[in-house]
Amino acid sequence: MYRNSMLRPLGSLRALRSTTRARPFSSSIPRLDGVKPLDVLTDEEEMIRETVQRFANEVVKPRVREMDENERMDPEIIKGLFEQGLMGIETSAAHGGSESSFTSAIIAIEELAKVDPSVSVLCDVHNTLVNTVIRKYATETQKEKWLPLLATEQLGSFCLSEAASGSDAFALQTKAQKVGNDYVLNGTKMWITNSYEASIFLIFANIDPSKGYKGITCFIGTKDMGIEIAKKEQKLGIRASSTCTLNFDDVKIPAENIIGGEGQGYKIAIEILNEGRIGIAAQMLGLAQGAFALSVPYTYTRNQFKQPIGTFQGMAFSFAEAATQIETAKLLTYNAARRKEAGLSFVKEAAMAKWWASKVAQEVSGNAIEWMGGLGFTRETGVEKFWRDSKIGAIYEGTSNIQLQTIAKFIQKDFSSASVISEPSI
Amino acid sequence: MRPSTTRLLNILVPVKRAVDYAVKIRVNPQQTGVDLNVKHSMNPFDEIAIEEAVRIRERLPKGSEPVTITALTIGPPKSVETLRTALAMGADAAFHIELPETAPAPEPLGVAKAVQAIIEKQLNSVDMVILGKQSIDDDLGQTGQMLAGLLDWGQATYASKVDLDLEQKNAVITREIDGGLEQVCVKFPLIVTTDLRLNEPRYASLPNIMKAKKKAVTKLTPADLGVSFKPQMEVIKVTEPPKRVGGTKVESVDELVEKLKAAGFTAVS
Repeated sequence: MYRNSMLRPLGSLRALRSTTRARPFSSSIPRLDGVKPLDVLTDEEEMIRETVQRFANEVVKPRVREMDENERMDPEIIKGLFEQGLMGIETSAAHGGSESSFTSAIIAIEELAKVDPSVSVLCDVHNTLVNTVIRKYATETQKEKWLPLLATEQLGSFCLSEAASGSDAFALQTKAQKVGNDYVLNGTKMWITNSYEASIFLIFANIDPSKGYKGITCFIGTKDMGIEIAKKEQKLGIRASSTCTLNFDDVKIPAENIIGGEGQGYKIAIEILNEGRIGIAAQMLGLAQGAFALSVPYTYTRNQFKQPIGTFQGMAFSFAEAATQIETAKLLTYNAARRKEAGLSFVKEAAMAKWWASKVAQEVSGNAIEWMGGLGFTRETGVEKFWRDSKIGAIYEGTSNIQLQTIAKFIQKDFSSASVISEPSI
Repeated sequence: MRPSTTRLLNILVPVKRAVDYAVKIRVNPQQTGVDLNVKHSMNPFDEIAIEEAVRIRERLPKGSEPVTITALTIGPPKSVETLRTALAMGADAAFHIELPETAPAPEPLGVAKAVQAIIEKQLNSVDMVILGKQSIDDDLGQTGQMLAGLLDWGQATYASKVDLDLEQKNAVITREIDGGLEQVCVKFPLIVTTDLRLNEPRYASLPNIMKAKKKAVTKLTPADLGVSFKPQMEVIKVTEPPKRVGGTKVESVDELVEKLKAAGFTAVS
């Protein structure tokens, strides 16, 4: 009777097999329902990957070393990013953008990071933080006003962190006092990416400290409102990306510049940073791939003991491990992006992707230096830059511990439950 | 009523999907060709051709009659990617003459006949066909010239500069030849093949890639056009060039002369 029940399904499988051609090295039947592997992109996404890859190699690559040594972003690159439509990737065409998918933005960020993670984070913050806040929470009038500027000519910056509030973001101190039809902002923001070159700023300030975090409100401001760049940080990595302290000294912002409504700032910040996390994961993924692609070919041309060092088993095994790590980071990142696009929950997956990709980036880029030996330790080849750039991955847009805490909360929610009979029986 | 001297200018640009220029080519084990399981992209000279067509459109004074740029490719289903790139760079519409995956690659004469059929059967009027001077996989450099012969049109090959005169209905083209540069004046309709220094192709920007999705691609079979791509040539063998052997250092001029004599150079005494 066991064999009878086995035969029936097999019979229909055989019928299928006779009509579909077997593929080499596989006896499994090809799926016919359009489910694609995670790393298979749409035609548009492939074209976007190619075009950003070309831009990165031809326009960004020649400038990478100089920008890093001088700690300054070349304005030509910012201009080039705007010209290529890379600064309004998801923005609608009606608002001057490229009207592409979220995954397209992720791919652009990844490709840029393969060449320069500093350029990548500039594009990432502008697209996944600034543009997305406006697209999701602004009024139609505000969108008409700000999105075209952001898509075509003006760089944006996201001002949340302060000296006393990083992970504990909602302990921020910057205040916004209502005076007539305006708000007057006073306070200091710290660690603000893009701020040196930006013209448009999303500023989180509290309009009513008595309400605690529920008073935090998102304002959109411009440089000419009196925002002062107080200090540009000198950093270990992503040196070309500007990271500054901003002073707000009686900065007057009209009430119409409130995004999403009064007291909605904390909600906007949480939601947007969940998305931004996937962007950072993509940056770290690109970084790891860039370091790998730079160092491994060298090992096949460097001969010691009469053979290319890359062919020694120890090295080869090390490459295999690194490649596998990169694959894991890629799949986590792409899956988080696809889940978000599909409207599915993605907060846990985004946290996993960002945490993991930053780890992979550190490890792969660190190994890449060692694979190149002494040459890897000099600044000439650019491989050590990847390692320096990777460190920030575990810190910004949510530290690794915050990511782990986020993931752990989901685990606790899913695995501890009153409905589970947990009383031990004696 | 102003008599308009400029009319709709129709430019046709055939493009080819070829092995990407950056790929390290390897001969296949059967020695019948190269390993084609590698990255492919638009033939670089064809990119220059599309770019020139778009620049011709941009160079026309404002208010002129519009220029229509049609791209065309012959190949398996994957070749449509190349058309998408052409559309993203600025072509308005495209034709895809689809061949089965297993069909042999078309040869210049077959391609030229197909382009001729497209011009005569599918398009209203064509003023100019811009092609790459050669493709980087076969390096035959024949298609443009054969097409000019079949259509009995004037041709200017290896162009490094193209200037159109729409009133006179001709073009002055600078050609790169062995002796230097040559300028020719060719009447419409004409064939131009592009050389490297004609222009530097633009990147397809993101908004243009997205706009290209909406542009029309018409699929045709060889039967629709009444052409056959039956090969006239048979590749007998493909091998790699001999590996470079390292040179040796010599201590003196006399030693150099001895070595040259021994190698058979009779010019030294």
